[in-house]
This record gives sequence, structure tokens and C-alpha cells, in this order.
Amino acid sequence: MNVAADIEARELSYAEAIREAMDVALASDERVILMGEDIGVYGGAFQVTGDLIDTYGPDRVIDTPISELGGAGVAVGAALTGLRPIFEFQFSDFATLAMEQIVNQAAKVRYMLGGAVSVPVVMRFPAGSGTGAAAQHSQSLEAWFAHVPGLKVVQPSTPHDAKGLLLAALEDPDPVMIFEHKLLYKMRGAVPEGHYTVPIGKAEIRREGVDVSIVATSIMVHKVLEAAEMLAGEGIEAEVIDLRTVRPLDRETVLASVRKTSRLVCVYEAVKTLGIGAEISAMVAESDAFDYLDAPIVRLGGAECPIPYNPELEKAAVPQVEDIIEAVRAQVKGRL
Amino acid sequence: MADTSPDNIPFAISAYTPERLRGALRQMYLIRKFEEGAEDSYTRGLIHGTMHLSIGQEASAVGACIGLSETDKITSTHRGHGHSIAKGADVGRMFAEFFGKETGYCKGRGGSMHIADVGKGNLGANGIVGGGLPIAVGAALSAKRLETGAVTVCFFGDGANNEGAFHEALNMAAIWKLPVIFLCENNKYGMSMSTDRSTAVASIADRAVAYAMAGASVDGNDFSAVSEASEAAIARARAGEGPSLIEAVTYRWRGHSKSDRNRYRSKEEIAEWMACDPIPRMVQMLSDHGIIGAGDAARIEAEAEAEIVQGIAFAKESPAPALSDVTRDVYTKPAA
Repeated sequence: MNVAADIEARELSYAEAIREAMDVALASDERVILMGEDIGVYGGAFQVTGDLIDTYGPDRVIDTPISELGGAGVAVGAALTGLRPIFEFQFSDFATLAMEQIVNQAAKVRYMLGGAVSVPVVMRFPAGSGTGAAAQHSQSLEAWFAHVPGLKVVQPSTPHDAKGLLLAALEDPDPVMIFEHKLLYKMRGAVPEGHYTVPIGKAEIRREGVDVSIVATSIMVHKVLEAAEMLAGEGIEAEVIDLRTVRPLDRETVLASVRKTSRLVCVYEAVKTLGIGAEISAMVAESDAFDYLDAPIVRLGGAECPIPYNPELEKAAVPQVEDIIEAVRAQVKGRL
Repeated sequence: MADTSPDNIPFAISAYTPERLRGALRQMYLIRKFEEGAEDSYTRGLIHGTMHLSIGQEASAVGACIGLSETDKITSTHRGHGHSIAKGADVGRMFAEFFGKETGYCKGRGGSMHIADVGKGNLGANGIVGGGLPIAVGAALSAKRLETGAVTVCFFGDGANNEGAFHEALNMAAIWKLPVIFLCENNKYGMSMSTDRSTAVASIADRAVAYAMAGASVDGNDFSAVSEASEAAIARARAGEGPSLIEAVTYRWRGHSKSDRNRYRSKEEIAEWMACDPIPRMVQMLSDHGIIGAGDAARIEAEAEAEIVQGIAFAKESPAPALSDVTRDVYTKPAA
């Protein structure tokens, strides 16, 4: 990121930042096209593409029929043959209809062909709970994709990173899956104008601390930061790591932090079992950082159930600020 | 004596030069000999895994590709050796791929089901039934957007016509009027299930009506009939008139794969279709119209045979991949 761009930073919402990234890309590269359901005059289900169709027309901002498998496959084929498609799933849950093209094709074509091709496709997935949309419109499925060699998976938590990671994804020759939490779309933050990138595979320390390392993803970064402020009042200084990229993991940033604080808490919205927290925990347990641990590792993740409709149940199904405070307090005070 | 009055001259005889016709016969022999060589190599234990042979289907592969240039694309299937050869692949590199060698088309990472030859416009075979259909539409979208003038021939089998990807792909190709030809090689069985049992329409070409595209059902063992339907579809595609669906009715002499015991079809049925061998029919047509003389067919066949022997020798002598390279080419740009 260049300094000049930083100076010109002004506030945009997360959705506006993504739209601006797409605008920058469409304006500078004729190969870039957008594809997805209702992304044209409707502006996208979450108004992320907005009015881009007015500037770039229906040949570059392409409304697809409700055909997730076919649409994703068309994007893969277009990426293989010279275009740079950005494919929007209306909800990340609908990617289940397109797993064939993502997992069997996009992720594997390069390897299966001995490196003869690249698949520079970007896919965007509005994800997460909190909207009252219940079990089929609220999932956090990023770990599924992160389990597949050939894919890169990112989860921006701020407007700045949403724009920078999307522009980085477009420059990346490999398929990049971007998981955007729907509750973040309205969040505002500083966003530099013009073109800049946020490196894929690099975590960011959002708050420095010495007592515990909390690794969080997506919206949980904000809940953890809120919890960290409360914990600071009790004399517990948490280091908050925004993972940003789920595959490839930024091993060094996490391990260095754990060596410093001697405690690890992982916080993520997806179902706890067999998730990103397990991978981070194992990564630490398998490394020299394990020797630095003063307490058992703690994972806070989604409950072992689909996301329920009732608003109180919905909140209970994913980690909340109070859960984080309580877990960290117990860990640091040696009550585990 | 054959009737050679102008009204009875087959399309191929009037459309192509004698040299191209002899080249097409040569390719048909090359496919037959390749498949026989592959089968023999399998029996000798030189090939790991399974394979899907296209013996009996040579006319559809060659007839569909004769009208294509190297900039035109194809997507292929698990039964794709013939398509690769018809699009100009080198049989030595194909055998090397079968034998898992570094000199193979996929450097030994893909095997029989993933042979591609991107330089010649072959975007690759596919291990997933229907997997190539949306990808072909994506390639056609690129061609239209980038104005390359290229058309894409999408090979698939009768089995794929009942996949959701078929419906999604054909519909999108039609609404966007893309330059793609859907070429269904209906060899009567999706593994063991006959089209009579699997498919609600009598002719797969009838499904074109549902997508408002041109549909034709042809004798897939008649090189001239396949090339005539293909050329008409290619002309429509190049003229911006959108996609076409061609059903080439044919038959695979061998089982689905090496594990097939042929319990679902009778010896009589197989014998009946073997009597409709596309290669002697091609030889007959070419000699009836003076394209080849006495001894030419045998000479071309012997040349094909020699090329196969040479290809197998190349593959056998080629080096195996280095074990340390097992994760190479998963990404174009691995993590920093």
C-alpha cells in the first residue's frame, strides 16, 4: 500500500469499498467482468455491485440466471480463456450448488494439467448470520473451501481490507474465494482512493497485547476488539490478530504472537468442530510455540447446530462479546 | 458401383479437399490404434488406474473437429482420447501421460481423464460427467467478449444430458447467443444405464427446443453426416447466431471402463454395432469417390500403427516425475 493513497483515505462502507474495488478493476482492465444473480439493475441482493451496470453495461456486469453451478462454471471457463471474472454468489450458502465447479474444476485444473493453465477467477460469498435469514442463508462455510488445495480463501474484516484484498485477488493468477460477512456491509472505515492491494496470506495485528493472543476472523475481529477493551479494564492486555487469509495461513504472525503472550484463543463464527480454530490450534501445538503455552488453548466457534431463526437463539449460536470476555478471563486467571 | 451423381455426393466429399479427407481417415485410424495400444499397454501393466476407450466412436470426434482451427476450443470428456487426437494432439505425449511420465501432457499429474493440449485449443478432458459443459460456455463467453472469432465445441456423452449442468449451460449459451456447439456423443449407455431408461426424450437433440437453439440428430458413425452438422453449427456460431446442439448417435464397442463386465447389453447388440464400424464406412466413401485408391487405406493404417508404436516407445523411455515435485503446480503463485 502506498503512502500517497493513505493520505487520501476517506470513509466508505464495506460494501462501497468492494464496489469501488470492482470499479477500479473494471475501469483499468477490459478483461474484468462481473457475473452473478441480480447484480445488474437490481444492484445485487446486498447492493454491492450497485450502479456499476450504468457505467460498464450489461456485457461486463452480467446478470446470470439462477444457475449457480452453471454460472460458476462459466466463470471458470472464462478465466481459463483470457477473462478475469468476479463471480458473486447471492448468499455463500448457494455455493453448495456450485461445489463441483469450484472444488473439482477451478481448484484442480491447473494441477491436473501439469501447470499448463491458471484459473484467475475471483468468487465473492456474502456469508454469516445475524440477519434473521435462518439456516440456509446464514452459514459460514469458508473452512470447506480452505480444505481444498488450489483455492485461496480470504475473509476481510474492514472496508480497507475488503477493497485491498479484492484488488489483490484480481491480480492473483489462482482462484480466490472472498468471504464477506453480511453484517459488515454497512460498517464504515477509512479506505484509500484508487488502486492498492492487501497481500493475500498476511494476517494483521489489530491490537497489541502481552497476556493472550486472540486469533479471529471476519466479524469476530470486531467482537474480539470490543472484548479486549473491556478486558483491558481488568488488566488483561489481549493481542488481537485478524487472520484475514484462511488459506494460505500466516503461520509466522500467529506463532510469534503466541511465543510473546503464552496463551491462544481462537474466535470464529463457523461451527467450532473441525474448523479454522482447530487448524490454528494444531499449528501452534505442532510448533516450538507450544513450549511457550501457559494454559490450554481455547476455541470459541459456532454452536453445533444450523443457524436458527429466533433472534435470541441466533445470537446464542455464535460467539458474542460476553462469551469472549468470559473465556479469556478464565484462561488468563488459570481457571481452565 | 456407387452412385456418384451430383445429388448423391456426400457433404464431406464436396466440402473438403482430398488431402483433408485423407487426413481425417488417418486421424480415425490413429484414434483406433491409439485405443488398441492403450488397451494393450493396460494389459501389460504399463498403465495405472482405469481408462475409457472410444473404439467405435472415431467418426464423431474427427467429424466434429475437422471444421475447427487451432484457435477454436474444445472441452472433452472422460472418454476423450479421440477428441484430443482429432484436435491435433501428439500421441507420444498422450501415452506418456498414461504412463504417468513427466513428458506427458499433464506431466503425469492428470492421466487419461485430464489430457489437455491448450496450445491446440483442447481445454481438457474431464473426470466429472457434465463438468466441461459450463466451462465450454465460459470459453465461448471469452471468445465473444474478446472478439477472437473462436468457436468452442463441447463434447459430452448421453449421461451428461441428465446432469443439471447440461440445462444450466445450454440455457446460458442460448440467452447470451454464444459461439458454442454442444456435441453429444450418444453411445447409448451412461455406464450401464441405457438412454431408453435414463432419458425422457427419444432423441437428445429434441432437448434443443427447450433452449430455442438449433438441434440435429445424426448418424454418429458417418463421418460425413457429423461433419455436415458440425460445419452448419460452426457457421451459425461464427455468424453470431448462437449455440447448437448436435446428437451423434454412436456406440462404444468396449465397456464403460476396465471394470465393466458388459452385463447390461447383449453380444448381438454389440455385434450389430460393430458391423457399422465408422472406419470401413469412411474408407468405402473415400474410395467410391476416388479420394483413395487401392492400397491407400492399408498404407494410412500402417502409418498410424507405426506412429502409435513410436509414441509408446517415447512414453516408456520418458522420465518419471520427481517425488519432491508432488505439490508443484497447485498454485501459479504460491504463498509468499
